[in-house]
Amino acid sequence: MRLTLKIWRQPDAQTKGAMHTYELDGVSEDMSFLEMLDVLNEDLISKGEDPVAFDSDCREGICGMCGLMINGQAHGPEVTTTCQLHMRSFKDGDEVVIEPWRADAFPVIKDLVVDRGAFDRIIQAGGFISVNTGSAPEAHSVPVPRDDATRAFNVATCIGCGACVAACPNGSASLFMGAKVTHLGELPQGQPERDARVVGMVAQHDAEGFGGCTNIGECTAACPKEIPLDVISRLNWDLHAALRHGH
Amino acid sequence: MTDMPDTTLTGDPSHDAPGHEHGDDAAGYYTPGAPIADTKAPGGPIDERWSTRKFEARLVNPANRRKLDIIIVGTGLAGGSAAATLGEAGYNVKSFCYQDSPRRAHSIAAQGGINAAKNYKEDGDSVHRLFYDTVKGGDYRSRESNVYRLAEVSTNIIDQCVAQGVPFAREYGGLLDNRSFGGVQVSRTFYARGQTGQQLLIGAYQAMERQVAAGTVQQFTRHEMLELIVVDGKARGIIARDLVTGEIETHLADVVVLATGGYGNVFFLSTNAMGSNVTAAWRAHRKGAYMANPCYTQIHPTCIPVTGSHQSKLTLMSESLRNDGRIWVPKKKADCDKDPREIPEQDRDYYLERIYPSFGNLVPRDIASRAAKNVCDEGRGVGPEVDGVRRGVYLDFSAAIERLGRAGIEEKYDNLFDMYARITGENPYETPMRIYPAVHYVMGGLWVDYDLQATIPGLFVTGEANFSDHGANRLGASALMQGLADGYFVLPHTIRDYLADGPFEKVDENHPAVVEARKSVEDRVAHFLSTNGTRSVDSYHRELGNIMWEYCGMERTEDGLKKAIDLIRTLREDFWRNVKVLGTAESLNQSLEKAGRVADFFELGELMCIDALNRRESCGGHFRGESQTEDGEALRHDDQFAYVAAWEFTRDPDSESEGMGAPVLHKEDLVYTAIEMKQRSYK
Repeated sequence: MRLTLKIWRQPDAQTKGAMHTYELDGVSEDMSFLEMLDVLNEDLISKGEDPVAFDSDCREGICGMCGLMINGQAHGPEVTTTCQLHMRSFKDGDEVVIEPWRADAFPVIKDLVVDRGAFDRIIQAGGFISVNTGSAPEAHSVPVPRDDATRAFNVATCIGCGACVAACPNGSASLFMGAKVTHLGELPQGQPERDARVVGMVAQHDAEGFGGCTNIGECTAACPKEIPLDVISRLNWDLHAALRHGH
Repeated sequence: MTDMPDTTLTGDPSHDAPGHEHGDDAAGYYTPGAPIADTKAPGGPIDERWSTRKFEARLVNPANRRKLDIIIVGTGLAGGSAAATLGEAGYNVKSFCYQDSPRRAHSIAAQGGINAAKNYKEDGDSVHRLFYDTVKGGDYRSRESNVYRLAEVSTNIIDQCVAQGVPFAREYGGLLDNRSFGGVQVSRTFYARGQTGQQLLIGAYQAMERQVAAGTVQQFTRHEMLELIVVDGKARGIIARDLVTGEIETHLADVVVLATGGYGNVFFLSTNAMGSNVTAAWRAHRKGAYMANPCYTQIHPTCIPVTGSHQSKLTLMSESLRNDGRIWVPKKKADCDKDPREIPEQDRDYYLERIYPSFGNLVPRDIASRAAKNVCDEGRGVGPEVDGVRRGVYLDFSAAIERLGRAGIEEKYDNLFDMYARITGENPYETPMRIYPAVHYVMGGLWVDYDLQATIPGLFVTGEANFSDHGANRLGASALMQGLADGYFVLPHTIRDYLADGPFEKVDENHPAVVEARKSVEDRVAHFLSTNGTRSVDSYHRELGNIMWEYCGMERTEDGLKKAIDLIRTLREDFWRNVKVLGTAESLNQSLEKAGRVADFFELGELMCIDALNRRESCGGHFRGESQTEDGEALRHDDQFAYVAAWEFTRDPDSESEGMGAPVLHKEDLVYTAIEMKQRSYK
């Protein structure tokens, strides 16, 4: 198939960017979206033009490194990561608009590559259970009800890609935080630090310049791992509880 | 290094090497060197060696730890867990990764599970059995002391991960569930649906971020190590490039740890991440670290087949699928393009169940892969033809869906089934999956002793980047075990014995060794940007990968390997003269990053072929066409090849492309005291 690609090009963080248009022919429906961009880049290199910079690593939908706004949707039209989106979701003659994640807290580094370091700093502010290596008790000493373990797992699948932030009109990372607070809060091992965790993460979130949640739900619709919106209720409930407890 | 070769076999490797009269296919391609041996494992009964070593390893008092700087390159299970643990102990840790966050390292993609000898199923498992299975699975080509220790600390890993909040699968009573994996007859694999690697890595990542917050770990993301700094024979730092600004940085330390993963991307197409590379390990190799058994490559049997020349990577379907899926191809070639659901039972060949009745679909990976290749070579493969051959076999869940119901299968494998449907456009609940082997893991890596220290003092190597635990073939669910064993429980004990002599004298940034390392990186960057050739980096990488897959893949022969070496040398010279890298050095430049990696893959690829040529036996993932039984099974030759091949780099000043000369082979004899060497049989 033949596509018209409109791609955000920006040489670096300091320089203003702009949309550029490229025509690409011979796209196969078996290609992934990123393989389509690989083909474009080979074409650009052969013409002596700078290839388009974009992030990707595992290309299996699990590392969270890739992420593009495709026709205004984070990761494009399917519920999956950009690397797992395949060209059979498009048809001959389509115009495809490709932009980087849009959020103040994720500044552009180059073209379609953004800086998501804020997510690491939110985790540093409490997204862990404090247990030094070697000090853990025997694994079976604390049984965990199967349903609790399943609920924890279902939200622990967050890949930290940032689609929730990019999709949110407020640029909020509440879904990302809610997923971590719920994952650790569902487990007995996560209880001792539950209050401090949520207070620390929310404070860091706000300091990074992410916006507040206004219950729009774009985050969960864009999430490739289908993290449900109710983790944000859990986040709010844990935050209120922590404040009530005097944090 | 200082070991001098005792003999030199002369001759121009590019011409007819005098192989057979020496009984050595690789004669002329390398120089024999002095033997090498591990000197750190204590003697005595195998189950007491690790306790003895931990006790004998000297301590560093807490007040001194903060004066000691440790560089750790890589943030996967082996690197992330080490950074967290050494940070908790109070050392100054600097952690580097090329990704934008430590959480993205490729350990995250491991699906099926992690082995541990907990024996929660009371099915006869034990530390000794895990040790036995791992040595046997590795086809008796691993070092027994290291493997025993791995089995021994495996149980601690599960305790640690559960305490961190890793949501392993559980039974209704709230206790941990297990499943079985290829090559063994007990259930010892702990798992988190099909995302075990992700959950374990996030556990290690969170532990590491906690130390970042505590100030003991400093993280450098989007940084790539491009050179090792060796001062007075000791590893003392690295040269790294900030991938965003392009700045070349010098980082000095008392000790350097490489946890940089495997080099499967030398094949271009593999299940590795796009950025996975050999550069850190190869730069260390060029500085004197021996590379051991580089030809041992694991070709994983259950990956999604190639669809065309646009393909950028291959995707694995967890081996755990072989617990419930049955592998088959049509008996008749004429049926190969039919809808599989219309092929009656009596016309299907469940070839693994037929050939290996006692292990069936759960034979080890190397055996399952070669069997798939054989049936496709016979013309009984399925799926679309690529280059005139159908390269695929069915993995069929219809019987399992009948037995467990669709919900039962979803519970176990839903993310894998979704991924398959997404990539192929076919629904595996309705029609059998098509799978084919792909490069997945490398058992080879930098040579290390029992302390995980390389042949350069002060350089430690953990996880897939070292060679020590899996011999010639790794069992499923053992990579995660090794990465976390090394990082949480082994390295933190062995590194202290080295650091007990520190802090070492500060190294000045103007020391000649530092200046030289920095200059070599700058020269390389400048070279790539000034070549102004005609071919892209990817096009060279793809061609190199084809050579490796064709001649150093699932079956290797003397003629094929010699041909591959010639092809690689020719292509490498062309690459150095004719590669085209656009852009500048002072910004994010992904072509430039790739050029450096591919340059190192070229040299590694040649060494892999030489190693494969030298090893005229079939063992584990290394199958030499010349060494098989009458019915086509692998034939080992313990009398000649029960050794680790540890290769030393040498320089050839006449070569244009950075000068790789004939390597020197140092043999480490493999001695088994706790296990008897046997030919593997899974029949």
